[in-house]
Amino acid sequence: MFNHLLSLLIWLPVVGAIPVLLAGSTRPDLARWLSLLVAVLTFVVSLFLLLQYKPDTGGMQLTESYLWIASWGVHYGLAVDGISVALILMTTFVGILVIVGAWQVIQDKPHQYMAAMLMLEGLLIGVFCATDALLFYALFEAILIPMFILIGVWGGPRRVYATLKFFIYTFFGSVFMLIALLYLYQKAHTFDLATLAALPLTMKEQTWIFFAFLIAFAIKVPMVPVHTWLPDAHVEAPTGGSVVLAAVMLKVGTYGMLRFILPIVPDAGDHFAWIIIVLSLIAIVYIGYVALVQEDMKKLVAYSSVAHMGFVTLGIFIGFLLVRESGNTTMAMLGMQGAMVQMISHGFVSGAMFTCIGVMYDRTHTRLIKDYGGVINVMPWFGFFYVLFAMANCGLPGTSGFVGEFMVILASFAANPWIALFAAFTLIIGAGYTLWLVKRVLWGEVTNEHVAHMKEINGRETFVLVAFAAAVLAIGIWPQPLVHLMDSSVSQLVQQLAIHKI
Amino acid sequence: MSLSTSILLTIALAPLVGCVLAGFLGKFLGRAGSHSVTILGVAISCALSFYVLYQLTLGGAETYNQNIYTWFQIGPINASVGFLVDRLTAMMLVVVSFVSLLVHVYTIGYMADDDGYTRFFSYISLFTFSMFMLVMSNNFMQLFFGWEAVGLVSYLLIGFWYKRPTAIFANLKAFLVNRVGDFGFLLGIAAVLYFLHTLDYATAFGTAPSLIGKTLQITAGTHWEAATVICICLFIGAMGKSAQVPLHVWLPDSMEGPTPISALIHAATMVTAGIFMVARMSPLFELSSTALSFVLVIGATTALFTGLIGIVQNDIKRVIAYSTLSQLGYMTVALGVSMYAGAVFHLMTHAFFKALLFLGAGSVIIAMHHEQDMRYMGGLRKYMPITWLTMWAGSLALVAVPFTSGFYSKDAIIEAVGESHRWGAHYAYFCVMAGALVTGLYTFRQMYLTFHGKERFTVLDHHGHGHDEHDAHGHHEPGVLAHAPKESPWVVTLPLVLLAIPSLLVGFFTVGPVLFGQWFGSAIHVDEANNVLGELGQEFHGSLAMALHGFTQLPFLLVLVAFVTTTYIYLFNPAMAGRIKSALKPLWTVLDRKYWVDDVYFALFARGGVRLGRLFWKAGDTAVIDDVMVNGSVGLVHRIAATMRRLQSGYLYHYAFAMILGLILLLGGYWLFGSGPVGSVLAGQ
Repeated sequence: MFNHLLSLLIWLPVVGAIPVLLAGSTRPDLARWLSLLVAVLTFVVSLFLLLQYKPDTGGMQLTESYLWIASWGVHYGLAVDGISVALILMTTFVGILVIVGAWQVIQDKPHQYMAAMLMLEGLLIGVFCATDALLFYALFEAILIPMFILIGVWGGPRRVYATLKFFIYTFFGSVFMLIALLYLYQKAHTFDLATLAALPLTMKEQTWIFFAFLIAFAIKVPMVPVHTWLPDAHVEAPTGGSVVLAAVMLKVGTYGMLRFILPIVPDAGDHFAWIIIVLSLIAIVYIGYVALVQEDMKKLVAYSSVAHMGFVTLGIFIGFLLVRESGNTTMAMLGMQGAMVQMISHGFVSGAMFTCIGVMYDRTHTRLIKDYGGVINVMPWFGFFYVLFAMANCGLPGTSGFVGEFMVILASFAANPWIALFAAFTLIIGAGYTLWLVKRVLWGEVTNEHVAHMKEINGRETFVLVAFAAAVLAIGIWPQPLVHLMDSSVSQLVQQLAIHKI
Repeated sequence: MSLSTSILLTIALAPLVGCVLAGFLGKFLGRAGSHSVTILGVAISCALSFYVLYQLTLGGAETYNQNIYTWFQIGPINASVGFLVDRLTAMMLVVVSFVSLLVHVYTIGYMADDDGYTRFFSYISLFTFSMFMLVMSNNFMQLFFGWEAVGLVSYLLIGFWYKRPTAIFANLKAFLVNRVGDFGFLLGIAAVLYFLHTLDYATAFGTAPSLIGKTLQITAGTHWEAATVICICLFIGAMGKSAQVPLHVWLPDSMEGPTPISALIHAATMVTAGIFMVARMSPLFELSSTALSFVLVIGATTALFTGLIGIVQNDIKRVIAYSTLSQLGYMTVALGVSMYAGAVFHLMTHAFFKALLFLGAGSVIIAMHHEQDMRYMGGLRKYMPITWLTMWAGSLALVAVPFTSGFYSKDAIIEAVGESHRWGAHYAYFCVMAGALVTGLYTFRQMYLTFHGKERFTVLDHHGHGHDEHDAHGHHEPGVLAHAPKESPWVVTLPLVLLAIPSLLVGFFTVGPVLFGQWFGSAIHVDEANNVLGELGQEFHGSLAMALHGFTQLPFLLVLVAFVTTTYIYLFNPAMAGRIKSALKPLWTVLDRKYWVDDVYFALFARGGVRLGRLFWKAGDTAVIDDVMVNGSVGLVHRIAATMRRLQSGYLYHYAFAMILGLILLLGGYWLFGSGPVGSVLAGQ
């Protein structure tokens, strides 16, 4: 079993979706329990993965490779390093919570919803362990399909606009990636990522490929200015869709940067790092202001996601400045670790924030901030969680939201104090939009009848929120296990930053 | 002989256990159960804190500096949770746990009728834990944790009565203004890591001299001294937490919280965290006289100008709040002249007498059925003698009458500023001296308005309307009470008495060793050239002599002037206050509007921020990106597709026409350009 652990992780939820579908709309409870079983099994298998992976050894482990399309030399190649393991664990963890979260909420065709969720989970796991560029590309595209269905079928009133925008936006980006991959293939005659990493490329080639990759991944992250699909997609998506979208799917973009840009085009990456750094800082400051004035809670959290993902891209790309210009490998590692921790943390924090909004939406069927006020009076326990996650969202120490931002800000100071200055601005603006939201939604007198009739969270919702809270606090109080898990992989990434191909 | 880790862990964690029990099991434990577990937790911490202080002073224990667990380890960069306990920490532990314990007890009386009783106990225990983590930290990461955690609890407690619009405005404001400070603080920590390659105090302080000569490039031609950058950034954090001008605006508003936390958090402990931090960082600050001058000027400005506002306040808590701002300014001034021990000494005495004043004000507020406006008080001394006497004790300490604790700490600061030659010391000397007069004015005015003179309230003598419940939230006619005021229960008055004792006495017994006896040892580092305390120490001949000498000095004479003036106005000629007010109307307006600082901030940052956000959203995201770029591209594709569709009309004569046109163009081109490069392309060669 351990020889094919990664395949098992990918295919268990994908194949597991079939019996869930077969359960049909006539037996919704069977479909629910089956999907929960599959999600829990997948999580258990991912725990085995954690045990099997040896963080001290580093490198790609648990490798599987089979020839897939012989004529093109495409392999079904899988392997994981510490970063993949962390992301996979987060995916399987969140996977359970979205199934539980949707339990009673999705009444319309629940079996199809659950099946789509499971497939999405399997494909996302696949993305995080693919070692063949074409396999990665196929999975990268394939995850669009279940998400397209989730938003298109169970979404809100403007779901058609949102799904099209989401689909075309991301599809547009990946076309460029495909072109870049084809170019690389005709040079190297393989799609194997390790081989491509060693492929010598001129600066001109690297530049073209860099921008092709950048467009694909920047849309996925999303980075400013190609972020506008995200708020629309979030607003229309059902709660579970939003949670997976924010928690896991956005990470595919930054993960792609690690696997493609850093190893394949390091010199172009260094040369154009300033673009990404500037865009990241714009994401942190500009998007912070945009988030401040949102009237829809989901849009607000969506924009705050863009700002938080800015720390991930910042943490990755200041590495170039640190390694190549000042030779400061230590600080580059700190920044890279910060970016990785931020990816994981943002998964939990944003997932929890969207879950909280979903809990309120289920009761009142509105997401507008002005329709709320004084929710704490009727839902004190919910209020506790909401404040906790809000604090994590504004990076309070002791929660996971702090760890990554802290590391990235410290590292960016070493790269250039001005970068740190703009990045640290999140302390103010992040607290501003998050706590103003809390003030208007949670505090105050009960403002209307709908709020007065909101019921306290039930056992199922409590379970989901407690699970998120446990993850957020665990990473916040003791990040070292997570850091250690990714440490050797991060140090390898940083070494790659220094490799010159020309 | 060294301190035991388990004792230190118990000190930190006992309040956290109380917090968790009261917070999550509050319903199950009940009111008595909740206050018992939290008080027990803090009492354990308090007893052990005294034990630790004893060990470090008389028991011969050495400074404790150990990591408890690794928070993260990346290459050589280590961030840990660990404790550094020396005499500076021990003094803070004792002050925090002692005041916290008394406030816990006091709360039983003060919050007796409140629905959020158990929640309140949970919060104040959480605060105590956070404060311990802050003062016991041995590294910058944990310092920042404690720093932000106390900010969180402050946020929760200012907004404790979350139904009040003013309270939830104030707590947001407090958090955001503090975040402005933390912004600088975090950059300071980043600078420490960058220049000193460590987050650990001991290592950083040990290698601090290496900063000399290092600079940080700001722009192409500008380089700033590393030490100055680090210290000013760190101090910006202190300005937020310790409410120094211009980040002072949150503290007066924080009075929206229940009075016990005004005493504990917004007077005695949390707001002094900035002072403690700078004292702890003395090895760094000593490297930059620029930064210290900055500290000095900020502190002096705060000391005088916020005190002035206190004179025109009518809310009993707000007077004390502005007084707190002013006293924090004194501490900051002490830091600015390298008199760290003096700052911490004043921090300690201030913690006692200011907590006492706040708790006393709370006792008055209970008696007045939650009326806080002094214009409806007066003559309360005969109803509540214990509160009256203890508040006088606190007031005498605040105005620094010789022999009280406040005298020893504050007078030494004024003297030291006079001795200092640092840039800005002349300005600071003027401010702290004038501040002595101002302190006297607002303090005596407050005591007279509250406890002396005629009663300015009326008592309704009927019963049975459930007025107490109604009054609890202040929705009553001002100046009309349902019952006559009466002395508060023992849980309220006992803390007052226990705080009055150190307010009067602790200075007399400790001034010698703490200020002039190098009591802090290696915890505080002062360069020989900056050692104003050393110079003062040569003139120090014991507490008694210092106090007697104090009677002849200018600060005391200024207090006398304030005493005589206020006594005349408020006891003998109450109408005169109004006349002075109308005579000095412009000045009064400036003070009443708090120099318009709040208004400017609100317009600029709150409204301005929202405007900027709208502009970005509507102009940037919606107009440029979505309408032009995204939907614009969609429109472009539409238009191109429509054009292309028109080309494929299906009519034969359209196609025939296009073919002929093409043929003419090709042939014409060949004829025109002949066999040149264009021609050969056209000819398909």
